[in-house]
Amino acid sequence: MSVVTQPSTRPAGGFRVTRSRRNVVWTGAAALIVVVVLALFPYIVYSGTTAILVQAFIVLTMASMWNLLAGYAGLVSVGQQAFVGLGAYFVLILAINGTSPFAGLPVAAIGCGVVALPLWWLVSRLRSGYFAIATWVLAATIMLIIERFSSIGGGTGMPLPGFTGMDPTLLVAYTYWAALAVTVLTLVVIYLLLRSRLGLVLTAIRDDEVAARSSGARVGLARMLVFLVAAAGCGAAGGVLAISQLQVQPSAVFTVQWTAEMAFATVIGGLGTIEGPIIGTAVYMVLQQTLQSYNAWYLIILGLVAMGVALFARRGLWGLVDSRLNLRLFPVGYWLRLNGDHLDGLAPPGRAGKSSRLASRASRQPAGPDAPVAARDNKT
Amino acid sequence: MAWVNAIIQGVLTGGLYALFACGLSLMFGVMKVVNLAHGDLAVVAGYIAIGVITVTHVPVLWSVVIVVPVMAVLGYVLQRTLIQASLDRGVLITLLVTFGLSVVIENGLLQFFTANSRGIGAGLPLVSESFSLGSQIQIAYLLVVIFAVAVVVLLGLQYFLSRSKYGRLIRASADDSEAVQLSGADYRHVFGICAALAFGTVALAGVAYGMYSQLSPTTGTDTILLFAFAAVVIGGLGSLWGTLLGGIVLGVAQQIGAQINISYEVLAGYFVFLAVLVLRPQGLTSRRAQS
Repeated sequence: MSVVTQPSTRPAGGFRVTRSRRNVVWTGAAALIVVVVLALFPYIVYSGTTAILVQAFIVLTMASMWNLLAGYAGLVSVGQQAFVGLGAYFVLILAINGTSPFAGLPVAAIGCGVVALPLWWLVSRLRSGYFAIATWVLAATIMLIIERFSSIGGGTGMPLPGFTGMDPTLLVAYTYWAALAVTVLTLVVIYLLLRSRLGLVLTAIRDDEVAARSSGARVGLARMLVFLVAAAGCGAAGGVLAISQLQVQPSAVFTVQWTAEMAFATVIGGLGTIEGPIIGTAVYMVLQQTLQSYNAWYLIILGLVAMGVALFARRGLWGLVDSRLNLRLFPVGYWLRLNGDHLDGLAPPGRAGKSSRLASRASRQPAGPDAPVAARDNKT
Repeated sequence: MAWVNAIIQGVLTGGLYALFACGLSLMFGVMKVVNLAHGDLAVVAGYIAIGVITVTHVPVLWSVVIVVPVMAVLGYVLQRTLIQASLDRGVLITLLVTFGLSVVIENGLLQFFTANSRGIGAGLPLVSESFSLGSQIQIAYLLVVIFAVAVVVLLGLQYFLSRSKYGRLIRASADDSEAVQLSGADYRHVFGICAALAFGTVALAGVAYGMYSQLSPTTGTDTILLFAFAAVVIGGLGSLWGTLLGGIVLGVAQQIGAQINISYEVLAGYFVFLAVLVLRPQGLTSRRAQS
């Protein structure tokens, strides 16, 4: 890391670390415009389009949460369908008792976060691969328990009450807004989370767990928090799912297919970046919509593509974009200003061991938050 | 008497679960691979057996002679290509790739062979007949045979790993693959052989389950993988004898649950799994990894 060690040429106090990048204002503005335009969609497009977008929002919410788990905290959970299903059932139970299903969404999120706490205590005893199957067993167990209660539909499920007499057009629009709100909130929460102190710990775990641990990062606590947040997010997505399908069926909400979709979308888009799940969800939706008349083929192709990406382009599609354009829509890292000179501050994930390349391309290649004093150029 | 019956049936189905678990345990013990496609591969083996039987009309049991080597070769090839490539890229990628494989296989089976369940060798005396023990206990011949097969497989593996020359090489590769490489052995080939062994047991598990019950594309994950995993955790990670014990405990728990209420069968097994996770996370046999 020859670039990193040039402190002698740096004037003392001649730098400051800032959070934002050049483009933060206009990307923020662009994000706002996108959200506003999306919010106006029920007025300008057919309800079929908004229905597809609701599906996309559900997958995007789940994928973003799964990305937080696997991409940052290194927790490969194959049991996120447990929280999707529980979220759907929270909304259903509240609706049976007379609460509006939309009001049930925050309850579903918080409820799943609370339920996740004892579950974390159970599964955190196992590591990596066994953690993955343990979450799967938990999801299966929760489904079997839910199926025992005939008052909420038992094994066959039941339609979601609470919408009788509501104008169908209005219902579609409300569902769309709810899904949009959940997704935007999810992305905002993840963005703020990654910019916080916890985000630094998570980025450190993503890049090198052992190093993070030995530097005193509280890896276990960070992982637990991520597990709880991801449970809450998947719970909210499950609630939206229940509202959009107007019925809750245990085998449909607790299927491992949800985890497959969120995992594949994340991997294809790019693990360990906020942008990755967005790109991955777009790919997922395109595949799913083009191949929807061919039953399970979209999932087979998605799985094969995800396996290929995992093996040969580990940073996913966003990684390919990022390595060429050095673009960052959600600046969560730091960067360094050296006497007014701009220095990039966010490393792409998985660039460890490329220091020689970093050095040779030092004039263009950014350095990471884990190498905070990387100096591009010392003209001063 | 009903309870005694439940326990006997539980112990015998435990043999089946141990057979499920043994490939998973072996792959983890040696390669540190948690193969999430484990159960789906067992279903593939079962489907191959069904195909072989319907096409060539060989006696049902002879299909095993074909399926086991076929799966063993598949195991070697998969290990040398896909699994080794993902192992070289780390644990996360290995999990993602085997999960991808699981989803692809399951949906591929669904696409080509529909969601219908199929059994193997229905009507065969071995599959359908049983003998009585006293007036209330009926024991199926098949379960006894499966239990015996499981014990023989575990004994054989145990003997092979601890006594034979090649077993020593496998254990050495498990401990330190690079040191093995430096000593002149190709650890990738050793891993391949080990995967072939594991897939051979997966084939036995698939055919055994097809004869005991019915196979459908979703059986691989919701029954075989999850039960195998529960058996491994209950018994203790990495121990082959623990796996047998874990399978038996799981089987007995399920049968006792079914005795209380038939719908509690699977749930009771998972509750025991969770109880072990809480009270004894290292498993019932706390002895360190055997393989």
